[in-house]
Amino acid sequence: MEIGMKIDVQDLVKTYGSQRALDGLSLSLPAGTRCLALIGPSGGGKSTLLRHLGGLELPNSGSISINDRLLPTEENELRHYRQKNGFLFQGYNLFPHLTARNNITLPLTEVHGKSLSEAQDLAATQLTRFGLANHADKLPVQLSGGQQQRVALIRALVSSPDLLFLDEPTAALDPEMTVEVLELVRELVRGGQEVILCTHEMGFARAVADVVAFIAAGKISETAAPDEIFNAPKNPNVARFLSRVLEFR
Amino acid sequence: MKLRTFFVAILVLLLLALASWQVLASLRYQWNWAGIWEQREILFRGWGLTILISCGALFGTILFGLLLAIGQETKEPVTRAVCRSYIELIRGTPLLTQLLLGYYVIAAAFHLDNKIIAGILLLTAFEAAYMAEILRGGVASIEPSQWDAARALGLGKRQTWRFVILPQALRRVLPGMAGQCASLVKDSSLLSVLGIAEFAKQTDVAVSSTSSPLEGYLPMAVGYLALTLPLSWLARILEKKWRLV
Repeated sequence: MEIGMKIDVQDLVKTYGSQRALDGLSLSLPAGTRCLALIGPSGGGKSTLLRHLGGLELPNSGSISINDRLLPTEENELRHYRQKNGFLFQGYNLFPHLTARNNITLPLTEVHGKSLSEAQDLAATQLTRFGLANHADKLPVQLSGGQQQRVALIRALVSSPDLLFLDEPTAALDPEMTVEVLELVRELVRGGQEVILCTHEMGFARAVADVVAFIAAGKISETAAPDEIFNAPKNPNVARFLSRVLEFR
Repeated sequence: MKLRTFFVAILVLLLLALASWQVLASLRYQWNWAGIWEQREILFRGWGLTILISCGALFGTILFGLLLAIGQETKEPVTRAVCRSYIELIRGTPLLTQLLLGYYVIAAAFHLDNKIIAGILLLTAFEAAYMAEILRGGVASIEPSQWDAARALGLGKRQTWRFVILPQALRRVLPGMAGQCASLVKDSSLLSVLGIAEFAKQTDVAVSSTSSPLEGYLPMAVGYLALTLPLSWLARILEKKWRLV
């Protein structure tokens, strides 16, 4: 199997009311990208692009193809696409009425056709792996932010997704938990998981991504390897942004 | 502190009893419990029928109310408009009007001769509109991120409703639902206008045959309370049990 993903986005436009969240955005990555990080100012379109790539939103116009396959626009096909991938949200989005274990088993039994015992075995293995074995029967409100995010990560990962989408995975976490989650993600990428993420953590983007795309005002300003974009950005807006956010690091 | 509460409660009860006694005394009321006691069989049968009708209508109300609530949330404009209009129509007209029109026009047109079934259906048609609004409020209170998460996991529409949205929405609207169920039990008394021999109708019959209104209407109040109070208790118990810590 070919390692890494190939992404081709053409002229993507998405408007919410009068606001153009994506303004003719194009992005082309050669085959072999294993982890793409989307960075840039808030409201620039990072999350919106990620949601499009993850099949959660449909563009007004333009197209997305991943590994030479055009993303479907019909809801049923799009659902099949989403079933093959994992998506982690900034606010965890765990189901509050289900225990950690049941949050993980629900998609396995209802979407992926596993039996309940198979699903529970899988959940138990992953909960142990992520250090949550003692928290399996707790509800999300009984867990800390970092624990919730790990449960959400397991839920996204447990079905062995082709692609893992992470939307600001650490935005709601305190620094210590941030490090914890970042280490987990780095481990996953090293283990061969293909990941597309958007983040405010520049150090994280630098550490895990092999391609970084800078997005502002609904367009890509620059796409490059992390060393290039962080050390010698070509676009002056990118340079200005990075020099400001990296000032206190 | 506890002792004081106790004495205050006793005092209030005494005052209430005194006031009631005063009212009754001013009526110079002649009690006749023996008369109503002889009617106990028809009263109990009426009470039983009220329970039967309430259970039937309760089941129908939750089911139909759920359909109306979901119908209002679909993207399909015609379904949405039909559900919306139905709810507005029902909520904008008196139950009495609906019962009379429903029974003498609609049920008659469909040759629905069984009064009890007609009564259950008419009551369901009315209560479901209110239930739908309660449920819709609960559904609307679920954060959009929950729909998002369900979509991202690849759950279908029906699965999302069943496993994610309804379990959470129902927990939130439980007190409102219990209140509506209690209303349903009480509203069933209006079915007496159709000549259905439920509790209120039978009480009327007993009262007019014995000419002792208080002996009939006081037990009637107790009879309805015996049905509505357990509903509130049940709701409280479930609320506690389902509370998300």
